[in-house]
Amino acid sequence: MSVLVLVEHDNGSVKDATLAAVTAAGKLGEVHALVAGSGAQGAADAAAKIAGVAKVLLADDPAYANALPENVAPLVVDLMAGYDAFVAPATANGKNIAPRVAALLDVMQISEILSVESADTFTRPTYAGNAIATVQSSDAKKVITVRGTAFEKAAKEGGSAAVEAVAGKGDSGLSSFVGAEISKSERPELTSAKIIVSGGRALQNSENFHTIIEPLADKLGAAVGASRAAVDAGYVPNDYQVGQTGKIVAPEVYIAVGISGAIQHLAGMKDSKTIIAINKDEDAPIFQVADIGLVGDLFKVVPELAGKL
Amino acid sequence: MKVLVPVKRVIDYNVKPRVKMDGSGVDLANVKMSMNPFDEIAVEEAIRLKEKGVVTEIVAVSVGEAKAQETLRTALAMGADRAILVVSEGEVEPLGVAKLLAKIVEEEAPGLVILGKQAIDDDSNQTGQMLAALTGRPQGTFASKVEVEGDSVKVTREVDGGLETVSLKTPAIITTDLRLNEPRYASLPNIMKAKSKPLAQKTPADYGVDVTPRLKTLKVSEPPKRVAGVKVADVDELVAKLKAMGVAA
Repeated sequence: MSVLVLVEHDNGSVKDATLAAVTAAGKLGEVHALVAGSGAQGAADAAAKIAGVAKVLLADDPAYANALPENVAPLVVDLMAGYDAFVAPATANGKNIAPRVAALLDVMQISEILSVESADTFTRPTYAGNAIATVQSSDAKKVITVRGTAFEKAAKEGGSAAVEAVAGKGDSGLSSFVGAEISKSERPELTSAKIIVSGGRALQNSENFHTIIEPLADKLGAAVGASRAAVDAGYVPNDYQVGQTGKIVAPEVYIAVGISGAIQHLAGMKDSKTIIAINKDEDAPIFQVADIGLVGDLFKVVPELAGKL
Repeated sequence: MKVLVPVKRVIDYNVKPRVKMDGSGVDLANVKMSMNPFDEIAVEEAIRLKEKGVVTEIVAVSVGEAKAQETLRTALAMGADRAILVVSEGEVEPLGVAKLLAKIVEEEAPGLVILGKQAIDDDSNQTGQMLAALTGRPQGTFASKVEVEGDSVKVTREVDGGLETVSLKTPAIITTDLRLNEPRYASLPNIMKAKSKPLAQKTPADYGVDVTPRLKTLKVSEPPKRVAGVKVADVDELVAKLKAMGVAA
């Protein structure tokens, strides 16, 4: 079986989400990696070094600069004539493009797979991760997105694939990129951080996030996350959200501060290795999944903790 | 401009799903069902566009069992003008739903289709993108802001790194994210009024669409359970634990 993997990149380098997708794809067959971008030779060279990638296809065109699905999906569909499966990381970008590809191929996509059971059978989470479904696809070609936390990352070095240029139809004329407001942070990225400190509605405001959560995160070299309630209330930007419809994380240590533990939040972090919960309500559901719990007022306890580390 | 708003009847947001003992699925008997929360946001957005004078008619659509009528009545009570129910007793996958919606789009010719980015039961996050593909229209997924400007629509999207804005030529497909708006509750008079709003019943056969599933669910199981660990008495004990784990020096 031959598999085409969509590479998540910023034109210069490859993002980590790609590496788990390569591992998942490797369980199906020979992996070719598609870099669709503009001025993306750097990303293609980086993709060529990923262990397990046999070939890199580089579609370099201004039309692919911002990964507009109206432009990228037709490119993928044309390339899929030569492949049995299309695999994308379940990132905002992968989720945007893969279903468009699937529908054009008349294939029912298998979203956010957790495992590859065989060439046509996969497990995937449903109901906010409360029910794991094992599904078998009857489609001739497979279109799959991969949950990054469920697969080992392929090694970034070790491969030496050839890079081949490919061309697509370019600009569909249906959509255009206007701009982006990307959060800048010196901290590790949420989805690849080893430690995460997350705050909930109990933080009360944005300033408390800066003065309570961030110093602890900095002490631990941790990424900062948040519950939906904290994001909805405007304490932190949307890209901090951990949960069913936000980011799915599985760090070594997840510290939940002032988060009650709604099932939608648990869906995003319950595969963390160790969960630590700090909450003043001893009956908060978060304590039912926490390995270590501390009942107390976060405004006293968290600064004390940061001070003693 | 006409707007089409597809809505899905799903398990209520506040109910904890239970997997059936025989592994055949999730137990939905006697469980509270509601409109998928992302679809409520879609209905609300359509109503706001109508209140602004951008939209003239809102058509709500649902694909599912006969009881999905209740979900459509909710949409009508919120402010949709009429509804279409495509009755199908078996589960219809996103690809099948998208094919049905594509046929309805052909008939109704809406300027916008606004739908939830994902349903909280199957968590697929596919239908909007698939509908966009099948109708050859642009897609603004995971929207947190929608601005109609002449014959285009500007959509601000929630992406992994923050926010991104794209401009789409209308007609277009938009899928909603959590922070697009806060849906209203239907008032009692509007709930009563909704009962007399038109609701057409169709079947997949009326549209000539084969909705046979492509994925066979072999089994459904519970995820590995986490068990509650220990409670520490104070910060010093927590610091000791963190040090023992090698997290802190």
